[in-house]
Amino acid sequence: MSPKSPSKFDRRSVLTLGAALGSSAVALAHDGMLGAPGQDISGTLPWREGETDAPDAAPTGGWTFFTGAEAAFITSAVDRLIPADPTGPSGSEAGVPEFIDRQLAGGYGQGEHFYLNGPWAKGEETQGYQSRLTPAQFYRHAIAEIEQYVGNANQGKAFKDLDAHTQDALLKQMESGTLKLKGSVDSKTFFTMFLQNVKEGYFSDPIYGGNKNGNAWAMIGFPGAHYDYSPWVTAYNRRLPVKTVGLLGRRGWTRG
Amino acid sequence: MVIRQKPVDVVLVGFGWTGAIMAQQLCDAGFNVLALERSASQTTPDNFATTFDQDELRYMWRHHLFQNVKYSTLTFRNNPMQQALPMRHLGSFLPGTGVGGAGVHWNGQIWRFLPADFQLKSHNEKRYGKQATNGLTIQDWPVSYDELEPHYTQFDLVCGTSGKAGNLKGAIQPGGNPFEGMRSQEYPTPPLPMTYAPAMFAKVAAALGHHPFPHPAGNLSKPYTNPYGAQLGACTFCGFCEKFGCGNYAKASPQTTLIPYIMQKSNFELRTECEVLKVEKTPDGKTATGVTYIDSSGVQHFQPASIVVLTAYQFHNVHLLLLSGIGKPYNSQTGEGVVGKNYCYQTMSSVEVFFEDKILNPFIGAGALASVIDDFNGDNFDHSGLGFIGGAYIAALVTGARPIEMTRVPKEAGKWGLAWKKAAAKYFLRSFSISVHGSSYAQANNCLDLDPTYRDQFGRPMLRMTFDFPDNDIKMAKYCTDRATDVAKAMGASSVTPKAQKAPYSIVPYQTTHNVGGTMMGDSPNTSVVNKYSQSWDVSNVFVTGAGLFPQNAGYNPTATLAALAFMSAQAIKTDYRKAPGPLVHA
Repeated sequence: MSPKSPSKFDRRSVLTLGAALGSSAVALAHDGMLGAPGQDISGTLPWREGETDAPDAAPTGGWTFFTGAEAAFITSAVDRLIPADPTGPSGSEAGVPEFIDRQLAGGYGQGEHFYLNGPWAKGEETQGYQSRLTPAQFYRHAIAEIEQYVGNANQGKAFKDLDAHTQDALLKQMESGTLKLKGSVDSKTFFTMFLQNVKEGYFSDPIYGGNKNGNAWAMIGFPGAHYDYSPWVTAYNRRLPVKTVGLLGRRGWTRG
Repeated sequence: MVIRQKPVDVVLVGFGWTGAIMAQQLCDAGFNVLALERSASQTTPDNFATTFDQDELRYMWRHHLFQNVKYSTLTFRNNPMQQALPMRHLGSFLPGTGVGGAGVHWNGQIWRFLPADFQLKSHNEKRYGKQATNGLTIQDWPVSYDELEPHYTQFDLVCGTSGKAGNLKGAIQPGGNPFEGMRSQEYPTPPLPMTYAPAMFAKVAAALGHHPFPHPAGNLSKPYTNPYGAQLGACTFCGFCEKFGCGNYAKASPQTTLIPYIMQKSNFELRTECEVLKVEKTPDGKTATGVTYIDSSGVQHFQPASIVVLTAYQFHNVHLLLLSGIGKPYNSQTGEGVVGKNYCYQTMSSVEVFFEDKILNPFIGAGALASVIDDFNGDNFDHSGLGFIGGAYIAALVTGARPIEMTRVPKEAGKWGLAWKKAAAKYFLRSFSISVHGSSYAQANNCLDLDPTYRDQFGRPMLRMTFDFPDNDIKMAKYCTDRATDVAKAMGASSVTPKAQKAPYSIVPYQTTHNVGGTMMGDSPNTSVVNKYSQSWDVSNVFVTGAGLFPQNAGYNPTATLAALAFMSAQAIKTDYRKAPGPLVHA
């Protein structure tokens, strides 16, 4: 966590509490401004000292959302979606499982930007996500149902214990939606969300826990969070002499 | 309890591009103006600083600058046979939130519609016969290109648009778009320099007999000071415009062009975290008395105003008119009514282009960095025998290469696994996408109305969208994507993936935030919601801005046109309306 986080967190908690004690009609919130008070503004748009809307880095350490068994499923599935080979990091080498874990524990996983109220109906594919579950709840249900299916079909084995070929075949069935699970989870909906989150973890800024050391960016040749390419706009057909850099800099700028 | 606020001359509902334009124009004319913004204040150094702005995950995929559907969404279905269900996560379109609105995270693509786009129905019926518009509910606009031209120019001067005129006072200019309507003056700043892919595209397109030109850009090629003293910097091509704010003051936005000027006005006030629930009217329903809004603590206020201007995003303007009982709601079964009618979108297609031997560095980009051909847009080409009307601009557009969204691989590499990984590593630097930016024409089923089931957080019926692509537009998309594919192949690509838009429309994959219609302007209250000055036919002190005014969408980005319409409306308010408040056009 960044050093400024505690004070920001306190402020948000206070405001949330204030909103909860206030009117029952509204829980008005806007991203990053939960229950912020209205302001009458004239003269200039206010500069909010010390409240620059910088992102919070993901915490390091062990699993924060997944259980051990869930993490094992995610790690082996991630490494089928982005396998190990000399081209660049595998999904797990890039920290994708940790990324997804932090995302599910955080605002995304809690459905901070999802409308989840009822009534609920299955709907058409063109109508998009229609579950009442948050992404975190949805992962939890989906992994349990997939592991149940795998166990029933493979003498009690878990997904992680299957050979790569069988794992790929299962993932393909999820991708096409032909894998029918016993519970409420639609395997295609899960696969779509999962693959998207895997790509996010592989290619997002390293502060979120994936794309370790910017190695996935380096693999494809993306220089990262650069601010100025103007010297190279017309440098046609050649690689640029710039190194991959993230929001917090890059390896070589800092110790460790 | 409802708190009664001090009356103002003008209340603006929403503070994005058109709110800023209205505020500047009307404050300068001496009106007391209050803008109510339902979300927070946001500024360049606080919210989109260059030190943390290049963050694809947070801004694009976690919707940091977008409307949060948790608190404000709509329901959607493809046709009246389906049950509409809530849009539970943003996808297809990304409306903005907070001060500046979607003007904060737009690409800065500053297009004017073609003169013939404003006479869409009569022009096409005259050239191709009445049957050319069968199945479509398209209409002529009540304004012509020539009437709007001075206001397009006003917006160019606000933004400092970078480009090259193709038609200066009727004289065709080399290097510009020869199909465009007459411009009264050259662009304020010269075009952006081209990166490799658009430079190659321009050369090849010209050799094929097309007429390439640089995309008009609100990402500036050089520093510029606008008529309101706002200074913009030169673009540094970081490739984070669309879905992102600009930390560099190089992208025209309300924050970088008008807000600094407006805020200094003693007759202007901005109130944030205040969401308007309804426009209130006198008992006879003919005059608005002001608006009711709710603040973030849940307290309701009545804000009296002599003039109410709906300057929110298109969906919200339609929603507010429906909830306030202003104008007759459209009924797609009977064809009666106007509010919510002619909801249109933008028919987006693309062609992905892969090379074996060319390093394109597509991450060097800007929101409007492109070479474009307009040979297949609007009625710039003969549609005889094609079975559709309308068209698209075709652009080698390199807005950047944010890798979660834009790691392209040839189709056969799939979406995951070792083949995908190897192809991603190889083609990220060796691919780009040609954008086929198509028109969207109205048909009877496509509309916005109030949902019978779902309610928003304030207990009001949600807005319901019914939309699918008309056959006309699907045929157009196929034809124009084929033309783009011809250019791609002539560039010597090793692999080309055409992605012509197909029905049914899906609300899931991102396409574009060009939602138009629903509050369309016209010549008569029987066929439109507002007159040519964006004034409600039914309640003459209510004005509406935004892309909702379009009777249908042309093959261009909507911002410059909706901005020009706002300038035109403001002009009418501060002159004729001020002298004699009441209807500016007699039905």
